[in-house]
Amino acid sequence: MSKCGCTCSDAKEKQLQEIIEKYKNTEGALIPVLHEAQEVYGYLPLSVQSKIAEGLNVPLAEVYGVVTFYTQFSLYPKGAYKIQVCLGTACYVKGAALVLNELQKELGIEVGKCTEDGKFSLDACRCIGACGLAPVIMINDDVYGRLKPEDVKGIIQKYKDMTE
Amino acid sequence: MNMVNVTIDGIKVQVPENSTVLEAARIAKVDIPTLCYLKDINEIGACRMCVVDVGARSLQAACVYPVSEGLNVKTNTKEIRDARRITLELILSSHDRNCLQCVRNKSCELQSLADNLNIREIRYMGTEEKKKPLDDFSASIVRDPNKCILCRRCVSMCKNVQTVAVIDTMERGYKTIVSPAFEKSLSEVACVNCGQCINVCPVGALSEKGEVAKVWEALANPDLHVIVQTAPAVRAAIGEEFGLPIGTRATKNMVASLKKLGFDKVFDTNTAADLTIMEEGTELIHRIQEGGKLPLITSCSPGWIKFCEHNFPELLDNLSTCKSPHQMFGAILKSYYADKMGIDPSKIFVVSVMPCTAKKFESERPEMNVNGLKDVDAVITTRELATMIKEAGINFNEVSDEHFDDPMGDATGAGVIFGATGGVMEAAIRTAYRLLEGEELEDVNICEARGLDGIKEFTVKLPNTGIELKAAVAHGLGNARKLMEKVRSGEADYHFIEVMACPGGCVNGGGQPIQPASVRNCIDLRAERAKAIYEEDEASVLRRSHENPTIQKLYAEFLGQPCGEKSHHLLHTHYVKRDLYPTED
Repeated sequence: MSKCGCTCSDAKEKQLQEIIEKYKNTEGALIPVLHEAQEVYGYLPLSVQSKIAEGLNVPLAEVYGVVTFYTQFSLYPKGAYKIQVCLGTACYVKGAALVLNELQKELGIEVGKCTEDGKFSLDACRCIGACGLAPVIMINDDVYGRLKPEDVKGIIQKYKDMTE
Repeated sequence: MNMVNVTIDGIKVQVPENSTVLEAARIAKVDIPTLCYLKDINEIGACRMCVVDVGARSLQAACVYPVSEGLNVKTNTKEIRDARRITLELILSSHDRNCLQCVRNKSCELQSLADNLNIREIRYMGTEEKKKPLDDFSASIVRDPNKCILCRRCVSMCKNVQTVAVIDTMERGYKTIVSPAFEKSLSEVACVNCGQCINVCPVGALSEKGEVAKVWEALANPDLHVIVQTAPAVRAAIGEEFGLPIGTRATKNMVASLKKLGFDKVFDTNTAADLTIMEEGTELIHRIQEGGKLPLITSCSPGWIKFCEHNFPELLDNLSTCKSPHQMFGAILKSYYADKMGIDPSKIFVVSVMPCTAKKFESERPEMNVNGLKDVDAVITTRELATMIKEAGINFNEVSDEHFDDPMGDATGAGVIFGATGGVMEAAIRTAYRLLEGEELEDVNICEARGLDGIKEFTVKLPNTGIELKAAVAHGLGNARKLMEKVRSGEADYHFIEVMACPGGCVNGGGQPIQPASVRNCIDLRAERAKAIYEEDEASVLRRSHENPTIQKLYAEFLGQPCGEKSHHLLHTHYVKRDLYPTED
């Protein structure tokens, strides 16, 4: 689980309750509630989904079905450095899958997950509009283009060094 | 009702204006293949097997396409046949086609469809997704996602009819799977084990946790005294497994088959149903006279019990403390009967044949024991008994024996109606009337309790005591939920409520023979099977539980009085609050 280490869980829970309260009597409120809850928590673990299910009176299985249907919802916490690998058409034909594989290997995690130390999370995303630089990845707000799998190690190392 | 004119394959028919093409085709006697469609339960046009040509740009799903005046439909062109074939081949390409070993071999709707559509090769490769894990951790239900064809009938049954809602479609595209949230096992979520999902599954993706091997093992063990008991609803449906018409009362064939299977004793759970009525009727009277918690709610349906534990924990004190009849019977067999017959109770092996999958879970509950021995050692469904009879080569339709064994063989008509919605209520009123009024209820047919209305409410007037007994009956957990919300809010002030988890009651239980959609779409199984139950009640000499000589003797020789100390120890139980949501890992 997250190594966030902060004591803000009560505050987050309060925010979540406020979000649920706001939408409680609105038909079709599940998706906006999930969006706002994810903004608070960064992801949507079982405890959060259960509270939403209870609060909106929607079955948990349905909540989970919606969360896993849409790629923008995450079941896992995000890292301090959020890596997004563009799998849009241009990036894909230029070898984005190879870059993604290399990232998984380098970080030792699957797509959608976060490293145990909470530093890196890895996601695939849709076109980010930088097709001229394909294949492209983003790490937080930094863009890296024209990548080859062998570039991955150095880039990751840069971020590892930064935090130490 | 306004009618419209439509033409289907050249046949002109008039149909109600709110019909679908599929319904119109049925009126025109044109057969359109379906797969995901199940009348009133799943009408979502998902599988595309029922596509037809309505003159639109593309083929349309007949199960959801509405008719309109002058609509001209073609159901049988090369284009349509090719489209259906491609769809079916694609479904088959990612289906685990291990048909020979499948529990639904020969009763699989996908298999029949492949045969009907003359599928002799599958031109597509399935996805390379690895085999998905089997969920067999539940005591009652096994889920095999590799066989699932994503028709969503089970989801609709669980969510819309039963309002249990523990399974749904997860993920998307090739990864789509029907499962509980967070890929939990059914054993970890608020599944109540009713098994209605099994009954609507067209394939072998959902089935009961099999216990047949355990029963064969016991029968082969010379040290064990193996007793079988059969629930009332089993006789009303087991004939279907052997080609008899739906609604055939097959008691005699069933009893004879059980004797041929080699059980040492064949008893009738109806006997224990009579015992339950003595206990529950007395409990009701105590609560009314002593100001106990009301309404009293029946506890025979273990699916309902678990539903209440998860969803209405504040009503647990309203539940009757009576164990369900087959558990009571197990407890009596391992105490009174063992003593009477001079058999070591630890050498008695009790098998319950039930129309129910939830009984499997119930028998595993730790509180269901007598002096450290399980009340019931194995629970098999009606379907599982049929497989045993087939495996043994017994010709079910040719054997006949009307007698359950002594010394526990008597049962009344009140016991048999436990198998249909309203039956427990009706049986209880027959006896409670006697206990309260000191005289017999003249007409034992309490028709207000019968039938398929979701919630039945009525009042019974007791002239001598001046009590007006307010009763309600709910079947199907969606109806039970509605009724319980009224009880919880204080809006309802009943004395006595009967709940059965399955729609129609036990006759339509999750362990009963599975009928394909083609049958379910035209015949109401609940009504047909209930007829067999009421027939047996009508044919009974004794129709009030307190008249049962076996039960009278049991109280005289052993139990003393209903709800007495021995009963409390052997026949009553307690319940636990359960979480609605699973916990992290």
